[in-house]
Amino acid sequence: MIDTLTLTAEGAKDLLERGEVSGAELFAAYRDAIAVRDEELHAYLHVCDDPGGDGLPIAIKDVIGTKGVPTTAGSKALEGYVPVYDATVVARCRAHGFRILGKTNTDEFAMGSSTENSAFGPTHNPWDPSRVPGGSGGGSAAAVTAGLAPWALGSDTGGSIKQPSALCGNVGLRPTYGTVSRYGVVAFASSLDQVGPVARTVRDCAYLYSVIAGRDENDSTTVDSPPIELPCDTQLAGVRIGVPRELNDAEGIEPGVRDAVRAAIDLAVELGASVEECSLPRSVEYGLACYYLIAPAEASSNLARYDGVRYGLRAEGADFREMVMRTRHDGLGDEPKRRIMLGTYALSAGYYDAYYGTAQRVRTVIRREHDELFERFDVLVSPTSPTVAFPLGARADNPLAMYLSDLLTIPSCVAGLPGLNVPCGLSEGLPVGLQLIGPQFSENALFRVGHALEQALGFDPVPARYRS
Amino acid sequence: MSGWEPVIGLEIHVQLKTRTKMFCRCENGFGGTPNSQTCPVCLALPGALPVPNRRAVEECIKLGLALECRVAERAVFHRKNYFYPDLPKAYQISQYDEPLCSNGRLAVPTPDGPVTVGIVRAHLEEDAAKNVHVAASGRLHGATATLVDFNRGGTPLVEIVTAPDLHDADTAKRFLQLLRQTVVELGLSDAELEKGSMRFDVNVSVRPAGSDELRTRTELKNMNSFNFAARGIEREIARQIRVYEAGETVEQETLHFDPSNEDSPPIRTKEEAQDYRYFAEPDLVPVHPPDEVVERLRAEIGELPGARIARIAETLSFYDADVLVTGGLDRLWSEVVAAGAEPKEAANVLANQFVATGADPAAVNAAELAKLVRARAEIPRAAFDDALAKVGEPGFSADPYLARKAVADAAELDPVIDRVLAANPGQVEQYRGGKEGLLGFFVGQVMKETAGAADARAVNARLREKLGAGG
Repeated sequence: MIDTLTLTAEGAKDLLERGEVSGAELFAAYRDAIAVRDEELHAYLHVCDDPGGDGLPIAIKDVIGTKGVPTTAGSKALEGYVPVYDATVVARCRAHGFRILGKTNTDEFAMGSSTENSAFGPTHNPWDPSRVPGGSGGGSAAAVTAGLAPWALGSDTGGSIKQPSALCGNVGLRPTYGTVSRYGVVAFASSLDQVGPVARTVRDCAYLYSVIAGRDENDSTTVDSPPIELPCDTQLAGVRIGVPRELNDAEGIEPGVRDAVRAAIDLAVELGASVEECSLPRSVEYGLACYYLIAPAEASSNLARYDGVRYGLRAEGADFREMVMRTRHDGLGDEPKRRIMLGTYALSAGYYDAYYGTAQRVRTVIRREHDELFERFDVLVSPTSPTVAFPLGARADNPLAMYLSDLLTIPSCVAGLPGLNVPCGLSEGLPVGLQLIGPQFSENALFRVGHALEQALGFDPVPARYRS
Repeated sequence: MSGWEPVIGLEIHVQLKTRTKMFCRCENGFGGTPNSQTCPVCLALPGALPVPNRRAVEECIKLGLALECRVAERAVFHRKNYFYPDLPKAYQISQYDEPLCSNGRLAVPTPDGPVTVGIVRAHLEEDAAKNVHVAASGRLHGATATLVDFNRGGTPLVEIVTAPDLHDADTAKRFLQLLRQTVVELGLSDAELEKGSMRFDVNVSVRPAGSDELRTRTELKNMNSFNFAARGIEREIARQIRVYEAGETVEQETLHFDPSNEDSPPIRTKEEAQDYRYFAEPDLVPVHPPDEVVERLRAEIGELPGARIARIAETLSFYDADVLVTGGLDRLWSEVVAAGAEPKEAANVLANQFVATGADPAAVNAAELAKLVRARAEIPRAAFDDALAKVGEPGFSADPYLARKAVADAAELDPVIDRVLAANPGQVEQYRGGKEGLLGFFVGQVMKETAGAADARAVNARLREKLGAGG
């Protein structure tokens, strides 16, 4: 009997290698779990039949293109679209024999922090189905936590991997920009988008990252990255941890979240790390504003291709202009439209310098401010999300409140830095996520610190209501 | 047009004939089955990303060097955003404020000396796809649907923008011809106007002579021949002068010519203030051309056509030098002259007779052609023409043709001349009556009878003798 709620990818790989289960049995176990629990959760938009292969099952966020498997990016504009090619990250998974379980729910074009912006309905949090799983990658995070996949691929622009992992209580990595190919991934904001792993443990997360990372000749923004070491150290001697004041004392951080993060920091000291307070004043003050100029600007251009000419939805119109306008009116939801308008405005003649141009300069300032801290620290820590999972609908009508969900994840994303979410406890019965931020290409350090804390914390990733 | 000075600037697009497209590995060289040369990148499928064609970058740099441009240490691709069915991403990847090449010049030889035209920039971008408008009947007229062939989409293009340094249509035409010749010689493009592998737009304005203001300009589009462009520019200059002299103002507009009908007046459209929302293409990193690559490319550039016109014009007339170089004949001319032919004679043969044969200058054995040119006066016209028609064939030798000496011997010519005179008694009488212009008629008849083998000078002399003797 395979218990998908507790089985790690590493454990499943062990079972496969020892011949205790077959790949088909393993795949079937997850399909069974999906049949039992996903009606309530709606983590998947599309479930696949077993494609065969000699490796582990995996779930793929629906913004990541999969050959022969529908890829909608959570949008009506791409309803029924079936890619003719695999994203590089998918091709690398397939080359490892991974079997695709299905495509997971996402805010439309990865724009959102709750998965409520999906054109196909929201995903529910496995810890409390009346609450959101976070977003945009709520589907992948919920699937991993609910045992509907041993691990999953997500994508992160301003927090879409880390924040859902925090709200669902699992491990998610946003890699250094440029270490993972974006080829075949439906673009939201090209200079920020990164694919990353979502898993039950730090070691699983590190392993999956090692599968997808590396230069890709189809993505000229990719670079070679250092080889990945699976973490095994349980001590933190010599590790210098910085605690940025602005990320830890920000307005809106719930007391329960603050307490859980403080406890984790105290534990790090016990494990031998040195901890010191530090400051990222401009990054936190201007990060969100900078992000909400750059990301919508790029999105306004990236989403222009959904014009009804070649694929996806097409509405009828008397001429080209009318056809495009109707197609985009019908195909795109409110959040993409809102960001397209913001971004179009920010790039317009006469406003470019004041908005997009300034945001690019601020981005450099944010990067430098982080660089300076990393002369003194190996990692920075903070809560990943200011709050635990919030009720469905609570922020749906208030875009600004929703944007603030990513207040703590956005600065390091803007700086192109890697970040890891590790669950560090519960508040009001819901998971709290600890965010670890490192310098460029410091994934190994993040995994090492994350793994040691994970071992010491002993967080049980199985939602209470699923425990028998 | 005295009192007015035209100001002309050009914007030229040249398709590079690289093996693959600008940002994907699809074969470049459209024309196959529609949409057969496409991939996720040039169809702009979700998630597809551009990867720049290194060869295209080098070729743009090479052209820039030929135009004496500064090659950027850091060049950036930008997105130019607008919706159109032939633009699948709804943005064109182009260059904006950091182009690969800028600040160059091209000296255009003219009969009155060289005119130096500033090159503002030469940058790299991708071509759009091709829209085909069809009706239910399948005919163009009354089109009800548009089909898009993406084979052309993504072809590398170099855009060259000149400073408004041109002041007459003829020099503008010469500039375009010289640029075309330069591009073709560098092996970068076929630059064929009919096929659209070279296209250009012309900006025209006029101002009071002696002023340095820049007045409202109009843009002339879709002209597919250099002569057509020159006439279009002249007409537009004249029109603007008439407008100003009538006390009115020229409006900024675009004139779309119908390339299939040069006589039809252009369609005028108001220039819309398009906001292309340029921003640096985040899917690409900046290009940093290494010095050694730039120097290698520079070393690959030989003597350029403009310089060769100037050099050859020291030996021949400007006109001959221009015809030889822009006709791609000057290399062969130099070789033929080096092999002993008289320069002017060689130029005449090449520019007039050789061109008419359609032979490839590169295939010609210059030494053999030189022999022919030298013997032109001595061999029969027919032998010369026959030889020239075959001069491009492999293994061609002039010797058999040189052996066909013209018949100048009176003993051989006399019977033929006598026959011709006997057959045309009326003309003989008229000649003797003073109509000496008929001599040419008799010469022609004799040449015809001898199938071109007679020596025209000898025939002339002999005819005068015989016609005079009878009188």
